[in-house]
Parts: sequence; structure tokens; C-alpha cells
Amino acid sequence: MLLKIEKRAEYSKAMVYLTPVIALVLTVLASIILFKLLGVNPIEALYQFFVAPLDSKYELSELFVKATPLILCAIGLSVGFRANVWNIGAEGQLTMGAIVGSSLFIYFPETESVFLLPAMIMLGAVGGGAWAAIPAYFKTRFNANEILTSLMLVYVAILVLSLLVHGPWRDPAGFNFPESQTFSPSATMPILVSGTRMHFGTLLALLAVLGTWIMLARTLIGFQVKVIGAAPRAGGYAGFSQKKVVWFVLLFGGAMAGIAGISEVSGPIGQVLPTISPGYGFTAIIVAFLGRLHPVGIFFAGLLMALTYLGGETAQISLGLPVAVTGVFQGMVLFFLLACDVLVHYRFRLNTARKVVS
Amino acid sequence: MSGFDWITPVILTVITAATPLVFAGIGELITEKSGVLNLGVEGMMLVGAVSGFITATVTGNYFLAVAAAALAGAIMAFLFGILTLSLMANQVATGLALTLFGVGLSALMGQNFVGQPVAALAKLDIPGLSDLPFIGPILFGQDGLVYLSFVMAIVVSWFLYKTKAGLILRAVGDSHDAAHSIGYSVIGIRYLAVMFGGAMSGIGGAYLSLAYTPMWAENMTAGRGWIALALIVFATWKPGLVVVGAYMFGGITILQLHAQAAGLNVPSQVLSMLPYLATVFVLVLISKDQSRIRKHAPACIGKIFHPAA
Repeated sequence: MLLKIEKRAEYSKAMVYLTPVIALVLTVLASIILFKLLGVNPIEALYQFFVAPLDSKYELSELFVKATPLILCAIGLSVGFRANVWNIGAEGQLTMGAIVGSSLFIYFPETESVFLLPAMIMLGAVGGGAWAAIPAYFKTRFNANEILTSLMLVYVAILVLSLLVHGPWRDPAGFNFPESQTFSPSATMPILVSGTRMHFGTLLALLAVLGTWIMLARTLIGFQVKVIGAAPRAGGYAGFSQKKVVWFVLLFGGAMAGIAGISEVSGPIGQVLPTISPGYGFTAIIVAFLGRLHPVGIFFAGLLMALTYLGGETAQISLGLPVAVTGVFQGMVLFFLLACDVLVHYRFRLNTARKVVS
Repeated sequence: MSGFDWITPVILTVITAATPLVFAGIGELITEKSGVLNLGVEGMMLVGAVSGFITATVTGNYFLAVAAAALAGAIMAFLFGILTLSLMANQVATGLALTLFGVGLSALMGQNFVGQPVAALAKLDIPGLSDLPFIGPILFGQDGLVYLSFVMAIVVSWFLYKTKAGLILRAVGDSHDAAHSIGYSVIGIRYLAVMFGGAMSGIGGAYLSLAYTPMWAENMTAGRGWIALALIVFATWKPGLVVVGAYMFGGITILQLHAQAAGLNVPSQVLSMLPYLATVFVLVLISKDQSRIRKHAPACIGKIFHPAA
């Protein structure tokens, strides 16, 4: 081989920050080919995808509306990924958070207390956390692989939601549609900027970014998460409990996803529907990696992935492109990112070594 | 016949529900035996399902359709190979990426084909034999892919434990450094194993879109790729048990359908949860005994191979 991959003595700090950029450039290049194949002008398509969705105050606020659940879920997942705990069931935890959180309104619709919404948000976190506690228990007690258990529970959570909105939670005045009654003002997230849908959940997401940043950098549990993830045996010698970390990261991730769920149903959706997320919990996996598992990185990655949702909708209306392009695009970002990550720990060199002839 | 007329149709539906899992499970088994964990089964199945469906609709040739599905799955797996084998990316993250990418790509490819009907895969019909009561339709009335799934399970079993190539594959999965030091191309062998897994997942997906429910719908695999991954743990990496497990899960899926048809007073959603809950339950049960898992799992699974100098 002409090119040789060689391990770097120390990982490249510059590449940690550069690879997401390289990955995005490669994704754009690949999507130019994709747009050509779909028979649209690539420049026009790129414009509709990345620029057009940002040209008004309303559109800009929509970016935050879409980014909110992505950032919340990704923050939660990233802490787990750092500890090598692969919770991929954020979509289910989001759904369960939405269910448990909104149960308060569903059963006490007359309540006008100012404490209703905060209580709903708390319950959302509890619901998501409880759903993530199942894989945590199975992993710590029975060594069951959390990837598979957390994913299976996504399907179960979505079926529980369907069961509720098709049955006991159906709005009696709703002409038999599978929808709950619409949330009262006291059960609805306050709007941050009038004339937009930007809601209180966005503040919660920002809070999560800051809080997690501090937690990882300054607290003992944050340190334990990082040590257990990077060197489990060193963590063991230091007396850190692996089980405790598994429990912590799963409960934390579940709670974050649960908050994302309740802020969707009591925010932009405003009622409980059979489908409450276009796959935010899965896209959040991409957001977490693209943001380098760092809270601040995740914030920007969340905005970028939110842009692909908006761009997908814009391109569908203006160019007739299928919405599925968004999914392909998101998948490509992660692919290229993982491919480029080789540059962090390795470097390419021309293979100049000659065989020794004796 | 007396009150047992229902048995044959039930067994027939169990077979159709189990076959996609047999294909995906047997394929992923080879991948994992070579020391690679590919979590992208769901994505490869979806791309296989849509490729097979499109080929069948456009050409009407089912042989080509299955071949296209296998090729599509193998190409997806090849992408996974480039990332994890050549560029040494994390296998868990790349597998997730492959699934996410496959979900999007299959939706994009199939957007003009949603809801279109296609004739189901033809079933074997041997005059006389296929009409035998009870065993006739089960043994002699299946479509070609059902027979192929059993052939593949037997071939894989024979390959792994009775051939030298199979021994080398297992050696690569158990100790890549040792295999490398005696001159085997670890990366090359793993590429082949990964692509075989992809091709089989593709065929498993095509079975869904061409035989199980002859149509294309977004995300129609509904988690079967993940169930196939769980099956391998359940089977402790043994091909025979993968087939047994696939039929158990097929049985649970069908139990659920028949319970709904029989008017059992349980909400349909609760019954639909059964396969997923059963997967979790089985995983917990099997994982409890870690020494058994450790004894059978390929020692190098998920580990990155980078030959020193």
C-alpha cells in the first residue's frame, strides 16, 4: 500500500475540532451528488436546505424549537457515551417522559395552579428516568446489553402512547380522533418571543448545556463518568463504582430525554398525539457525536441538525424533494464524521519503507 | 379433519415470520464470529427490503430482486467495513450510523413505491406432495427463500465447524493478533465476513417486502434487525440455536396476530409489545450467566485491529 496509517503518539487536539468541519464539507460535497441524482440543481437545493430556512425571525425561532429536544436528548446521551454506556433508547425515554408528564394535566385538567407546569416537567424527567432505569437495572444486575434493551423499550413506549391516546386519554369531545384534549394555558410552556413558537423548553435546554458542562468539568460524578469511560480499570483502582456510574448516566440521560418529551407535548404540540417525535431521540445520537460529546459542541450540533429538519421541509415545498433526504443527510454527517475521526488518533504517511535485502 | 385444522396455517405463518430473522441472524453470526460487531442490521435489512421490492416491481424477476437485495445489503456492509476496518472507527457508533443512514436511504429510495402492490414470492407446488394433508404445505409448499434460509443455516454451520476456512474465520475473531502473526489477512477476512452478513441481512429484508407483507413501507422492519442481534446472544453464537431462536420469535409474533384475530379481549398494542418484551426478557435470562457468554462469544468482538508496523 502506498499510504500507511500510523498511530499518533498522542491524539491530535486540532483534529478533534477540525474533523466535524471536514465531515460537514464532505457531506455537502456528497449531497451535491445526491441532488444531481434526484434531478435538482444542487446549488439551488443547498440554498433551500441551509440558507432559506434562516431568512426570517420566525424561521430562526423555529430553528430553536426543533433544536430544543435534540439538544436535551443529546446532552443526556453524551454523558452516557462518555462512560461507554450505549443508551440508544432516548426516543422511548422521550415518549415516556411525555406520557408521565402530561398525565398530570390529563387527570387534573381543571387545575390552574402555577405549579402545574413545573410539576409536569418534573414528572417528565421522572418518567424518562424510570424508563431508562429498566436497562440500568438489567445491565447492573444481569449484565444485559443496554444497547438492545434500551432500543426494544422504544417500541414498547410508543405502543404505550398509542394505547393511551386510542383509549383512556382520547378527548371525549374530539370526534373519536386519537388525540387528547388540548393543554390548558397553565399546562403549556410559556412562549419566549411573542409571535413565534420558541418556548420555555429552549431555556431548559440551555440550562442543561451549562449544567452538564459544569458537572463534567467540576464535580466528582462528572470525573467518575470520564474515568470509567476512558479507563474502567483505573476507575476501579480509584474505588469508583462502575455500577453507580451506569445507573447515573442512564437515569440522567432518561431524565433529559423525558424533559424533551414533556416540553414537546406541552410546547409546540399542545396535546398528546400518537406520534410526538419525528425521531429526535435517534437524531440526538448524531448530535451527540457531532458535538464531540461536549455540551457546547452539542449545542451547535443541535442547531445544525435542526436546520436539516427545517431545510428538508423547505426543500420539499420549493423543490419537491422528498422529506427522507433529511434522514440521508443526517446519516451521511455521522458517517463522514466517524471516517474523519481516524485523523484524531492516526496519521496517514506515504509508505517509504523498503524491504531489507540481505 | 377434526379440530386441528388451524395447526397448519399457524405453522405456515410462523415460518414466514421467522425466515427474515434466520437470514439476518445467520449473516450477523458470521460477522460476529470474525470479531466484528455490526449494529447496522436494521439499516441493511431496510435497504435490502426496498432494493428487492423496487427490482421486483420494475423487472418482475424475483431472482434478480433477491440478488439486488443481497447486493444492496453487501454494499451497506462494505461502507461499514471501510469505516471500522480500514479507518478503525468505533464499531458501535458506526453500526448505529449505518442503521440511521439505512432508514433514511431506504425511505428516499422507496418514496415512489409506497403502497404499491407486488405479487408475493411464488410458493413451491409439487402436484401430489404439496397437497398432502398437514405436512404437504409445510414441507413442500414454501417459497424458495424459506428453503434457502435452512440451506444457509446448514452451510454456515458446516463452514464454521467443518472447514479450514471456518477455523481461520473463528481464529481471526478469537485472537486477531495471533491470526495476523501466522500470516492471515485479518482485515481481508473481516471484510468478507461483514459483507456476507450484509448480503444475508439484505435478503432477510427482501423477504419482508416480497413475501411476509408484499409491499414497501418506511421502517417496515420494525426492529427485526435488532431482534436478530439479540438472537445471537440468545443463541450463544451457535448457528443451530439462531434458527431455534428465530422460530421462537416468529412464534411470538404470530401468537400475537392470532390472539387479535381470535378476539382476545386485550388491546392490540399490548399484544404488539410481546416480541419486544420477549427480546428483553430473553436477553436478561441469557446474560445472567456471564461465564457462558464469555465462553462462547468471540474474544475479539468489537475490538479494533491495527497491525503494529
